[in-house]
This record gives sequence, structure tokens and C-alpha cells, in this order.
Amino acid sequence: MLKNITLGQYFPGDTIVHRLDPRVKLVLTIVYIAALFSAQGIWGYVLMFAVLVTCFALSRIPVKTVLRGVRPILIIIIFTAVLNIFFTDGETVLFQAWRITITQEGLYAAAFMVTRLFMLITGTFLLTYTTSPIALTDGLELLLNPLKKIRLPIHELAMMMSIALRFIPTLIEETGKIMQAQKARGADFESGGLIKRARAVLPLIIPLFISAFRRADELAIAMESRCYHGGEGRTRMKVLKTQARDYMALFGGAAVLAAVIILRRLAL
Amino acid sequence: MENHANIIKTEHLVFSYDQADGALPKTVLRGVDLEIEKGTFVAILGHNGSGKSTLARHFNAVLLPSGGRVLIAGDDTADESLVIEIRRRVGMVFQNPDNQIVASVVEEDVAFAPENLGFPPEEIRNRVDEALKTVGMYEYRLHAPHLLSGGQKQRIAIAGVLAMHPECIVFDEPTAMLDPRGRESIVKIIRDLRDNHGVTVVLITHHMEETIDADRIIVMSDGEIIMDGSPKEVFVDIDTLRKTGLDGPETVTLLHDLKADGFNLPLDALTIDECAEAIYASLREQRSEKEE
Repeated sequence: MLKNITLGQYFPGDTIVHRLDPRVKLVLTIVYIAALFSAQGIWGYVLMFAVLVTCFALSRIPVKTVLRGVRPILIIIIFTAVLNIFFTDGETVLFQAWRITITQEGLYAAAFMVTRLFMLITGTFLLTYTTSPIALTDGLELLLNPLKKIRLPIHELAMMMSIALRFIPTLIEETGKIMQAQKARGADFESGGLIKRARAVLPLIIPLFISAFRRADELAIAMESRCYHGGEGRTRMKVLKTQARDYMALFGGAAVLAAVIILRRLAL
Repeated sequence: MENHANIIKTEHLVFSYDQADGALPKTVLRGVDLEIEKGTFVAILGHNGSGKSTLARHFNAVLLPSGGRVLIAGDDTADESLVIEIRRRVGMVFQNPDNQIVASVVEEDVAFAPENLGFPPEEIRNRVDEALKTVGMYEYRLHAPHLLSGGQKQRIAIAGVLAMHPECIVFDEPTAMLDPRGRESIVKIIRDLRDNHGVTVVLITHHMEETIDADRIIVMSDGEIIMDGSPKEVFVDIDTLRKTGLDGPETVTLLHDLKADGFNLPLDALTIDECAEAIYASLREQRSEKEE
């Protein structure tokens, strides 16, 4: 049961979006968010929506997967919509009963907010859908590299992240084993109220922690034995190389941002 | 120039550590003098707590002696400036394969050590491919380690050490957590490393069968070396071996028991074939005696 958990939400593939340099994808995601928040007026949104659809089409991520990703935040989206509909002041009153007033402006505001949220979430998901956690960590480390100059432990943070990713499946497997061992001795994880269930997890957590600490200890010795001595003087087997498509993607991102700002100026 | 025919040399090595509750320091190694010759296959035997793993961890400066010295090809492990080179020379493979794999992709893990040593990317690529081919895991280079079997994971761990091009590899109970098939594959690789790659092998183990074709067996008990010799020399003296809580390989045990029942048998037939041959010869001898 626990074994089938997918790591992050990476959706393996070999499309142009998958092959883009992770650094470029990280930067583009930030550009995308900036453009989305700069967009105003119907044409700005139409442009952003077209960009989003094109990217998803290029990455060949099924629409179903995208919608499933949105489901957990559906409540927030609905809540935002309701708030905007009822609490936006406006002149064109469409409906009024008791103390509830719905205005045309409110409807517009709600529609824009919902589209913006929806596009924000699906757009940033595209990054995690098309980039493996390892590539993402590597990309982050390289992007943040300049911060080493102000003594931020960037290499160490990236190493911790990649080791954490490496051990997630191992620890999940271990949790399953401990669960079975405790069940065999009569532990009950399924019934009872919240407090009872929380207490039932305790005999699961403690052995898991003890074993995790032991693993950490052994891993540290194994890493030292393989000449690990921090990031200094360390090289990489796979060097990320920006290629023509990466520059084209960056150029495209800049063009979209510029277009959105121009549309806003023109007040379209 | 010092003589570097010995890759590992310990001089009256003592190791003790302070206990948490303020009791007297616990001494694990009590003056171990040992020389391991380049290119040999040395097995270290001993029951739990005999100090064999502690001894092994001195070979690559993971532990430093409380007294005495450890020299790796003439270099003192206590010299901090030499630590990285010493660890490159003497690689170490541990018991639990899960806890020595660092990366989420097989080839990235094998690349870990050469990356730490700062080699250029092409050199790392060559070393990784070569190491993976040596342990027969090249086809799995893009797999995720947690989906492999224990034996396969242990082979990845060995490749990770081989990529440093070490002169010596210390195996600390590498088969303890493996099933028989996984164990067999690891033993085969260990033999291949010694025979075809010129790597000095130090094997720490519980399994007597794995030590039969070692060049030399060292038996440890209570922090001291109590037996040291060729497998035949060590296993023939099965009484001393049993006193330390160990037993000989099944072949020797069988011959020993048969001999106690009055059969005329040698004790140094270690492999199954040799053992069968010896029993056959003995039975024939008995029959010809009866016929006379």
C-alpha cells in the first residue's frame, strides 16, 4: 500500500519541456508568476491562458492529471470566489435580497481571481510535473550558488535535500514493516477516535526515529569513507549545459512578460 | 624509502572509548600488530564484540587509534592532511547496502566518490561505467536503487568504492543482510577483484565458507589476534577456533566429527570437492584393509 506512493508529482517523459535545463525552468516559473500578477484585463488573461495551454500541450501531461492536482485546493478557490462575489462593492447591482448584494463588478472580480489562482497553481505544477526532484535540487543549488559568497550553506542544503529524497522510499518501506510487526503484536491503527489513533501511531514513530538515527550515523560513515568532505573541490559528473532551446525558452518568457505589461499599459 | 609491500600496517594498535555513564573506558583493541601484504585476500574472523569491525574502521581513518599507529602504504592515518588520500586508497563496503547509497539514481551514486575527489566530468563518467561493468550492474545504471534487490544494492555499493580506484577494499560483513543468491554474487565479485583487478581484499565475516580461498585468515577474540595463518592452518586447529565461539566450515566440521568416530581423515580438505575426495579415499582404504 505504502509502496505505491509516487515521489513528488514527477510525471516522467521526454518532451522539450522535460529536457529544458532545470535552472531555466525555475526562472521561467518565477517569470510566469510575475506575468500572471501583472496581467490585467481580458486580453492579458487570454494571453497567459494561451501560454499555459501551449506549455501543457508541449509537455504532454494529460488534462486529467492537471485537474487532479487542482482538487486539493478547490476549497480555497471556491472560498475566494464566494468572498469576491459578495463583498465587492460596485454600481451595477444585479441581485439584491435582504443584505446580500451581487454586483457585476463582484462577478468580474471573482472570475478574474479564480482564473488567476487556477493558472497560478497549474502553472507552477508544470515545473514539478516535468522536472525530477534530483534535477530540481541540482538546479536550485546552481541557481543559488552566488549566495555562497555571503556564507549561506547552499551545497549542504542541496545535499540534505537530495539525501532526504533518497531516503523517503526507504523509510516508507520501513514504516510498513514496523506497522506489520506492531499489528502482529495486536496494535490497532484503524479504529477509535482521533486521540486513540494518534496514540496508536506512537509505537510506530519511536522505532522509526531510532532506526532513522542509526541510518544517518551509518550513512555519515559511508559518505566519509567515500572521501566526502563538503562542497569544496567537489565536481559533478553531469554538468548542466544551457542549449539553444533554453535560451529560446528564456526569450519566450521575457516576451510574454513584456507583452502582458504592454497590454496593461494599453489598458485593454 | 620505506618498504610499501604492505598496504596496511598496524603497530601495537590500541583503541578504547569513554563510556557514557562515567564507567572505566572500554578497551576494544588491545595492541594489535598486523601487516597486510599488497594483492592478498585476508579474511578476519571473530564473534560479535571481538573488535574486528573496530579494527577495520582504523584502516581508512574513520577511527583513529588511542595508542599505537596505523600506516597505509607508509602514511600515518593520524595525519589529517593525508586522510582523503588514505580513504581513496582503502575503500570500505559496509553491511547494510541501504545505508551507504547516497543518490536516487544508480550511476549518480557510483559517481559520488569521484565527484568528491574532484575529477573532471569525462573522467568520472569513465570510472562510473567501468566500475558498474566490473560488478555487472551497467544495465541498471539509470535505475532507482530502492527498487533493486539487496545483492544488487550491495554490488552498487562496491561499484561506488571501485570508482575511487582503491588499492585495497575492506568488506565489513558485506553479506550479513543478503539472501544466499545475493551472498554468492558478492563472494564471486570479491574473488574477481583480487584475481583480475589486483585489489587487496580484507573481508570481515561470520561465514566460514567465504574464507576458504583466502590467502590468510586472522581470528580475533576480545580485541586481540589469536590465530593467524592460511585457511588450512587455521581450520585444522578447530579446537582453538571453537574456544573463541566460532566453528570451522561445514567441510572441516564434518571431517573433524568423522575423525572423532575413528575414520582416518585429514582435516585440511576445505572445499566440498576436496572433502568428498578425502572421504572417498578413506572409505576405499578401509575396504582394502578389510579384504586383506
